[in-house]
Amino acid sequence: MTLAPPALRVAGLRKAYDDVVAVDGLDLTVNAGECFGLLGPNGAGKTTTIEICEGLTAPDSGTVEVLGMTWASDERALRERLGIQLQETQLAEKLTVGETVQLFRSFYTTGRDVQEVIDVVQLGEKVHARVGKLSGGQKQRLALACAIVGDPELLFLDEPTTGLDPQSRRQLWDLIVELRASGRSIVLTTHYMDEAERLCDRVAIVDHGRVIALGSPRELIASLGAEHVVEFTTGAGGHALDRDELRALDGVKAAREQDGRWTLEVVELARAMPALLGELGRRGLRLGELATHSATLEDVFVSLTGRQLRDA
Amino acid sequence: MPEPMMREATSARRPWRQRSLVQLTLVRFREFLREPEAVFWTFVFPVLLAVGLGIAFRNKPADAVVVGVVTGTASGDSLATRLAASPALRVERMSDTTAARALRTGEVALVATAGAAGGIEYRFDDTRPEGRSARFTVDEAVQRGAGRTDPVRVSERRVQEKGSRYIDFVVPGLLGMNIMAGGIWGLGFAIVEARRRNLLKRLVSTPMPRAEYLASFLFSRFVFLLLEVGMILGCSMLLFGVPVRGSLLQLLAVCFIAALSFGGLGLLIASRAKTTEGVSGLMNLAMMPMWVLSGVFFSSSNFPAVAQPFIQALPLTATNNALRATMLQGAGWAAVMPSLAIVAAWGIGCFVVALRIFRWR
Repeated sequence: MTLAPPALRVAGLRKAYDDVVAVDGLDLTVNAGECFGLLGPNGAGKTTTIEICEGLTAPDSGTVEVLGMTWASDERALRERLGIQLQETQLAEKLTVGETVQLFRSFYTTGRDVQEVIDVVQLGEKVHARVGKLSGGQKQRLALACAIVGDPELLFLDEPTTGLDPQSRRQLWDLIVELRASGRSIVLTTHYMDEAERLCDRVAIVDHGRVIALGSPRELIASLGAEHVVEFTTGAGGHALDRDELRALDGVKAAREQDGRWTLEVVELARAMPALLGELGRRGLRLGELATHSATLEDVFVSLTGRQLRDA
Repeated sequence: MPEPMMREATSARRPWRQRSLVQLTLVRFREFLREPEAVFWTFVFPVLLAVGLGIAFRNKPADAVVVGVVTGTASGDSLATRLAASPALRVERMSDTTAARALRTGEVALVATAGAAGGIEYRFDDTRPEGRSARFTVDEAVQRGAGRTDPVRVSERRVQEKGSRYIDFVVPGLLGMNIMAGGIWGLGFAIVEARRRNLLKRLVSTPMPRAEYLASFLFSRFVFLLLEVGMILGCSMLLFGVPVRGSLLQLLAVCFIAALSFGGLGLLIASRAKTTEGVSGLMNLAMMPMWVLSGVFFSSSNFPAVAQPFIQALPLTATNNALRATMLQGAGWAAVMPSLAIVAAWGIGCFVVALRIFRWR
């Protein structure tokens, strides 16, 4: 296993469209058999990066090696061994589920049984249904079926669950976990931190076309040095609070304010909460809203960029 | 690593139905046949059009010419009686004002008024063919009734030959128009739609041979072409007795070459466009001039001589010329070769450029 080449190696990748730099010197290595996530806000350059890796877009500079091969010399062989799900592909609506998977199967020299793949993505009952009649989640699962019917070694999934309801997302997650368990390497992009935490062995946080943090979700969260996040608002006079004073409170590691809403990164909730309430009492401030949660990748992103993932 | 035993059937022992070219071509049929509108416009519409035109322009026995005669005076009444005796005329007796209106609205082709001094005045619109022919028919009746004799004796033999009627002219034109529309719409729209939906990009991210994708369009076009040509020819032969004087094989060959050529034009039109609106504009830009200029409904020789080199170089003009020569004149290969060369040149030129600039993403 250790002798296998990395599933993907990217170095010094750059790509600009007109005057917008989409990818700005990006490096990545994805190990064979791992599920790797590119996490970042919309417009961070995730899709451009993944499409360069898929051989669909040419980079301005930089090198891409997929399964030890390059697009320039081994395109045909690579296409046989990759499974790709694009961000927004509307498959032909007049075809049935079975016909669509059959079509994609016909492109690969070797691959999986059509019916088996349809069963794997739980569309067995929909074999004869027209693609146009499927729900969003069913369409995404069909797209996944088309990506895996060639029995790929490496799967690229671009925002596989964007726009889906929670149940459909969980269904897709289970499928991706199964694919990962069967030994395939997976590269996926997402702007959902919970998706990256749930699915990925390692995550690269991407912003403005660069990797700004890399590691397992656990490592990245641990890098915050804080286990919890406290968010609160106060009644009138909240502006009187001082960032440095809040940071100096017992158990608090960092403090930020945005639009009157304070966020504290907290090492230990049991020590920080009494200290915070004491400070508010000393200043005669009333607590408005209060919420705490365990630190997530979202907090890592906010801590690195000062912006939220969703609205960045 | 994925388990190797999970892999199945290599291409060497793959049944023909599971080959990508077959699958892609099947997709073309499925998409087309599941679109009822497309089926209507391709197969039913041209037949309806041919039937409609055939009925409107059917050759009927020459109708009696309707003429108005201003009555109310003695000479007027006598003129009406004399003209009514002629079998070629139907006489409407009317007042002067009614006559003027009837002439204006085309109810009568000519108004005859008897003058005081025994003369007769004809009122008609000399830009209208009915007016001109009515003038001669009425005058013939008037002069003959007054005792004119012809110095030269003439005899008539009436001939109505299949192959020279309007329906005979228009059916090859409709055939050509349908081949053009099928190629341009069939390829142009489907390809741009696939590009807009990101489907082209998805397809080229698989090992699918790109040439097979394009070939699937041509194969499906050929099958539909046989059906279209069969429908239009079959109906017009059965209903109107439109002849095919040349060899049927040659006619089919002309259709195939034209279908290939217009497929190339459709591919060229679709090679860059990203929206269906954009490509519709381009398709109309390409087809509209040919509908008018290329002799579909009326002969392209109606246009001035200075425009003829351009008109004759259009692929639809060449197609229609070859179709008419084969169907109506029974021309052989040698006679249609120049037209076919023009059609083929268009096709080759379009394919070469289209493949060079084609946008797969």
